[in-house]
Amino acid sequence: MICTGSGCVSNGAFRIKEAFQKELRKRNLQDEIQIVTTGCNGFCGNGPIVSIQPDGIFYQIRTENVIPHLVEEHFLKGRPVQELIYTPPVKKETVPNINDISFFGKQRLIALANRGVINSEEIDEYIARDGYRALAKVLTQMTPSEIIEEIKASGLRVWVGAALPTEKKWEICRNQPGSEKYIICNADEGDPGAFMDRSIVESDPHSVIEGMLIGARAIGAQHGFIYIRNEYPLALKILMCAIVQAEAYGLLGEDILGTGFNFTLSVARGAGAFVCGEETSLINSLMGRLPQPQVKPPFPAQSGYNGKPTNINNVETWANVPRIIDLGADWFASIGTESSKGTKVFSLVGKVNNTGLVEVPMGISLREIIYDIGGGIPDGKKFKAVQTGGPSGGCIPESMIDIKVDYESLTKAGCIMGSGGMIIMDEDTCMVEVARYFLAFTQEESCGKCVPCRIGTKRMLERLTTICEGEGEEEDIDFLEEIALSIKDSSLCQLGQTAPNPVLTTLRYFRDEYKAHIEEKRCPAGVCKALIRYEIIPDNCVGCGACKRVCPSDAITGEKKEIHLIHQDKCIKCGMCYITCRYDAIQVV
Amino acid sequence: MKLKLEDLDKIRQRMKATTILREGAGRVKVTVHMGTCGIASGARDILSTFKKYIEESDAKDIIITTSACAGLCSCEPMATVELRDEPPVKYIDLSVKKVARIFNEHVMGGKIVKEFALAIGSERIS
Repeated sequence: MICTGSGCVSNGAFRIKEAFQKELRKRNLQDEIQIVTTGCNGFCGNGPIVSIQPDGIFYQIRTENVIPHLVEEHFLKGRPVQELIYTPPVKKETVPNINDISFFGKQRLIALANRGVINSEEIDEYIARDGYRALAKVLTQMTPSEIIEEIKASGLRVWVGAALPTEKKWEICRNQPGSEKYIICNADEGDPGAFMDRSIVESDPHSVIEGMLIGARAIGAQHGFIYIRNEYPLALKILMCAIVQAEAYGLLGEDILGTGFNFTLSVARGAGAFVCGEETSLINSLMGRLPQPQVKPPFPAQSGYNGKPTNINNVETWANVPRIIDLGADWFASIGTESSKGTKVFSLVGKVNNTGLVEVPMGISLREIIYDIGGGIPDGKKFKAVQTGGPSGGCIPESMIDIKVDYESLTKAGCIMGSGGMIIMDEDTCMVEVARYFLAFTQEESCGKCVPCRIGTKRMLERLTTICEGEGEEEDIDFLEEIALSIKDSSLCQLGQTAPNPVLTTLRYFRDEYKAHIEEKRCPAGVCKALIRYEIIPDNCVGCGACKRVCPSDAITGEKKEIHLIHQDKCIKCGMCYITCRYDAIQVV
Repeated sequence: MKLKLEDLDKIRQRMKATTILREGAGRVKVTVHMGTCGIASGARDILSTFKKYIEESDAKDIIITTSACAGLCSCEPMATVELRDEPPVKYIDLSVKKVARIFNEHVMGGKIVKEFALAIGSERIS
């Protein structure tokens, strides 16, 4: 039905009609398809409008040149031509409310409540947003055991290792004999792709300091350390500034707020060794010793810094403490799931549209994090897996995207929550290569104290590298599994115990990819260089020569406007031609 | 100055006056997000450009301040413009050129530059 209202006619509706008639005759469709002219449709500004019935599709046809294509696609192949379909103009967009944007709306801020709102170098701005109110409360209205009770009631857990309840660690430390006790804030964030601690310290350093003050009061510690990596210059600067300002206000030092409570805080800068994230190594480093873990027990809560009872918590835990005291344990416990309370901060990175720092209630599904908050996968690619917990964590495949994010579900999936790195991977990611990458990291960061971790990870890495290079053998998978389990069982500290996790989870969920590498000498994602070849698809190649020009090894030949050829003996598989080609004429096989 | 318990409340009251732009302390507050992510994508230039325009305009009622990461690192540099009695507006993917328009149209003219704005309002807190 062609609109022949005067608006469409002046836009050339009759020319369109003639072109249709001609094209239909040419294709011998004139008996099947009837052309009807109609009165004004009311979309005069966008005409000529053609509606196809009974399909009910409105086309907006500006020129008769598109008619042959339209007839062929729509009438012969039955595919509506998307780019010609009329879309009514949407109302001029207004700026949405921030909480209607799912990136922000699905988040729940506790540790990050002040992010982007306060100037972190102004203590007054923190105080203005009820900062140090919780400290005033514990110093005037609560006994240390009441503080511990409140934290217990909140259900706040430590999300690394065995996810102990926070107050357990506090209580053990508090109940140790002696009066010299220490607390430490672990800000030695070493996972690739993780920046939660850094961002919390940068946005809201006083929440960490206040949390530590409350912890110190509960535990009976007089001095605290913040162990932060020197690679975080801005976080370090902001932290130092915060401590100076807190000291000037007498919020650190002697007789805090006139209540007789004393606590001092100092900053220790870490040199960036991953193993220092492990508490006994961190304490060793703090004492100027080699950063190597120690056999537990004794636990740091019994014998830590200088052999004295020491409590360690990470940045996020400390930052949660003032809010729990201020707003109450019941409020905190109402957020999250039965077993995992409160929120978790994740750094969302990798192949996802909105990368950034997100704080979500426990129990949210991975799908909500990746699609609603993260905005999905860029370039219309397919989601493949998500890696949580950094090098100590594991990969969760697409089939499990609806699992709830809490400690128990992630552990069941072979993953860990850990400090909160979350790396999204798309279909172009080779899972064997991912496992190899993480193992290369842990292998390099192994402190070397215990044999399983020092040598075991090395042997695993060698075997994985062989597989990626196309030299893998059938027994490699069994070998990897066996050695992984023994490293897990026999390593001294968490670094070794969790190092095989990326391999174990990829073997569990992506075993077919390992098999393709080993048996078919093929990398399904097209990543492992030894197993791929770049080839030109002759049908698509227009001979523009763009690939030839960018090839650094002169591996492409071909005359202008003729089909080009990649010489495999010269190709170094850099992928430049693949990125450059605008005609989809190069494929990875 | 060593604080006493009651001083915390005093600071709170005093700061409410300045940070929330009430009681005539300022007409506009511009916050440039200067976390590591922001600085890495050029927030320093954004801050200095805002400062330059404020100086040139000789306006005394514009508060310029900084804050850390606003969460959406992939859209840095970001800035928040808040007019008195209006919800804050977050601008994303800023450039020096965009700052010129935001300053003229929003900070001085009071009209949101819709093309560059991501959202209005404050994030829900707990």
